[in-house]
Amino acid sequence: MSINNNSEFKPKIVAFCCNWCSYAGADLAGSSRLTYPADVKIIRVPCSCRVNPMFILRAFEKGADGVILCGCHPGDCHYTSGNFYARRRMTLLFSMLDYIGVENGRTRVEWVSAAEGVKFSATMNSFVEKIYSLGKNVRLEDLRCKN
Amino acid sequence: MQRIGVFVCHCGSNIAATVDVKKVVEMAMCEPGVVHAEDYPYMCSEAGQAKIQAAIKEKNLGGVVVCSCSPRMHENTFRKAAEKAGLNPYMVEIANIREHCSWIHKNMEEATEKAVILMKAAVAKVNLNTPLQAGESRVTKRALVIGGGIAGIQTALDIAEAGYPVDIVEKTPSIGGRMSQLDKTFPTLDCSACILTPKMVEANAHPNINIYTYSEVEKVSGFVGDFTVDIRKKARSVDMSKCTGCGVCQEKCPNKKTPNEFNRGLNNRSAIYTPFAQAIPNVPVIDREHCTKFLTGKCGICAKVCQAGAVDYEQQDEIITEKYGAIVVATGFNMINLDKYDEYAYSQSKDVITSLELERIMNAAGPTKGHLERLSDGKAPKEMVFIQCVGSRCADKRGKSYCSKICCMYTAKHAMLIRDKYPDVNVTVFYIDVRTPGKNFDEFYRRAVEEYGVNYIKGQVGKVIPQPDGKLLVQGSDLLSNKQILKEADMVVLAAAIEPEPGVRNIATMLTASIDTNDFLTEAHAKLRPVESPTAGIFLSGVCQGPKDIPETVSQAGAAAVKAIGLLAKDKLTTNPCTAKADELMCNGCSQCANVCPYGAISYETKLINDHGVREDRRVAVVNSALCQGCGACTVTCPSGAMDLQGFSNRQILAEVDAICR
Repeated sequence: MSINNNSEFKPKIVAFCCNWCSYAGADLAGSSRLTYPADVKIIRVPCSCRVNPMFILRAFEKGADGVILCGCHPGDCHYTSGNFYARRRMTLLFSMLDYIGVENGRTRVEWVSAAEGVKFSATMNSFVEKIYSLGKNVRLEDLRCKN
Repeated sequence: MQRIGVFVCHCGSNIAATVDVKKVVEMAMCEPGVVHAEDYPYMCSEAGQAKIQAAIKEKNLGGVVVCSCSPRMHENTFRKAAEKAGLNPYMVEIANIREHCSWIHKNMEEATEKAVILMKAAVAKVNLNTPLQAGESRVTKRALVIGGGIAGIQTALDIAEAGYPVDIVEKTPSIGGRMSQLDKTFPTLDCSACILTPKMVEANAHPNINIYTYSEVEKVSGFVGDFTVDIRKKARSVDMSKCTGCGVCQEKCPNKKTPNEFNRGLNNRSAIYTPFAQAIPNVPVIDREHCTKFLTGKCGICAKVCQAGAVDYEQQDEIITEKYGAIVVATGFNMINLDKYDEYAYSQSKDVITSLELERIMNAAGPTKGHLERLSDGKAPKEMVFIQCVGSRCADKRGKSYCSKICCMYTAKHAMLIRDKYPDVNVTVFYIDVRTPGKNFDEFYRRAVEEYGVNYIKGQVGKVIPQPDGKLLVQGSDLLSNKQILKEADMVVLAAAIEPEPGVRNIATMLTASIDTNDFLTEAHAKLRPVESPTAGIFLSGVCQGPKDIPETVSQAGAAAVKAIGLLAKDKLTTNPCTAKADELMCNGCSQCANVCPYGAISYETKLINDHGVREDRRVAVVNSALCQGCGACTVTCPSGAMDLQGFSNRQILAEVDAICR
């Protein structure tokens, strides 16, 4: 990865991955040795629809600089329709995050299948790059939302 | 607080080369609740598992964290090990420090830091784990095979032979599939029908096999061991119990202008038809879209000539609902549409044909009675050109990125058969590569070149131009001598790419089986579980999983059957205990969870609830844990926060978030 590491900034990035597609895609990225920055930490959930907006708010509250949610491609959900719920919920949540001081670029929803190790790695690289360009999540701190 | 043990695996050097495992152990001991931490070169080995079991007993552990490879790899291994030592298996969590850490990071310091955080997240989660009890579900001892080609027939026969009842659902009027359209088969050149039809007859006669032809799967619900499937038996307009298969109706049918699908539209058939002479069942179907009786109401000749009185214009579609324990997908393939490859003049000239059309032309029961002739003027060709990889191995969006795998061999077969039967016909093959791995395959190809004098040219064809005299001018290049080639041909045969049968995506969606971007069904593991879908209870047979020839299809069909038999042989299955659970005190019975549940697992009951001393009847949600698959959709929808998912509870996930962001 060619991210500029001169600065001291080490972002905290949480990636929620559904067990069936994206988590397996991340495993494939690993077994194909496709690198992405160590700033990304993955939490396994059964389905993208398991991700409660509360989890994302909590991450930012605790100092995360970015949160990404990965699920199966639309139509490919292991539970048939979970990713559609996730998509709707996140669209709504993300549209409101700006009000509490979380810029739009700090959240993302991506569809990664179990066969897309390359896409998983590329997605994480581009997301981390975006977080580096946004810098530390200070706006939320300024709003005294961090305890 | 649990008493937690942390076990860090080196995975040989896979983890230890990039992650300082000693440091992870050291840091683990600082975590709240951790009373034991150790590392070992191979935790998954018997000795490694024994270490975990010993620690559980000696230190009286209530929770275990294994820092190792992906939970998709060894979660079960470690759960079973813990269970043997007397710990509830669901008190084990995995921190994935191989696929998600050591394999993707090169800097040891960074990787170690990340491994420590992943360990901490797992410790935080396991602290909140509760013992879960896997339930049991019954197995319906009956299998469904979707698709009645050679893959489906073979799978059904193997399952039936093992003593389990099998239903085959085939959408066309007869079983047989693509293989029934082939003339001869490589590398032995035995006739396709001669080896296929006995199998069709065997399947039809087998007491354990029930065949639904002209039928489609309409709805699938349930889960492994207990699927409920709706099958639409389309109206055949002929009573199967009365028809004797005499064929008079087809002879007398005045409407013989419908393109014959079986012959790839090269000739026409009657509106009441059986696809081919050896069709099973040998009962015709009325094609209602083309039948004069159905279009205008005036005809009815078939009913008049039928001595058995089997023709029934009033017949309706029938829905059959049946329960199955296992489902095998064997939907097969079709040739791609060549509209996007008009440089080969497929739409402009009748003498540019696909390989499957050539199979029909070469077949004695085909439109030309097996005589090789030009479809435009019926003349015998003198020059034939075969073009390989039409739409296969295609870099752009027009075609398929994959190799169709069968074309090299069937083209060698076609070339050989033509040279054998018509020695005066010159055969030229344009190819990118000749790929002939397989038993006796390369020898077969070499015979075509060396004994039968087939002219192989390495290079692609740019254009086929129909000439006014009816000939076809083929413009190509010879890469080996770096020359442009202009060749006049009488017939051009295109090895069109194969693609999964178009309806398969719909079927995959009903089965919640994964499917890739090319519409091939995805296997559970590319190397180790090639005939199973990641969805439990769904098995893959034949080309629906990827291009393959007949020998490979038959072996995969057998493998899929064995996997299905393995499932059907069990009386009970353990169910996933990570299911949703409603907190009755918090539930207000609003029904939102039931609305999002894809499995219909949530119902409502009026229960007497004791809410801090207030006793009252309330309508509360109840989850049927046998139906719940544990997706968690309801947990997020619930406005009062009453619904939670066991094994992935709100508190557990929040603990992980906290540990990562700490």
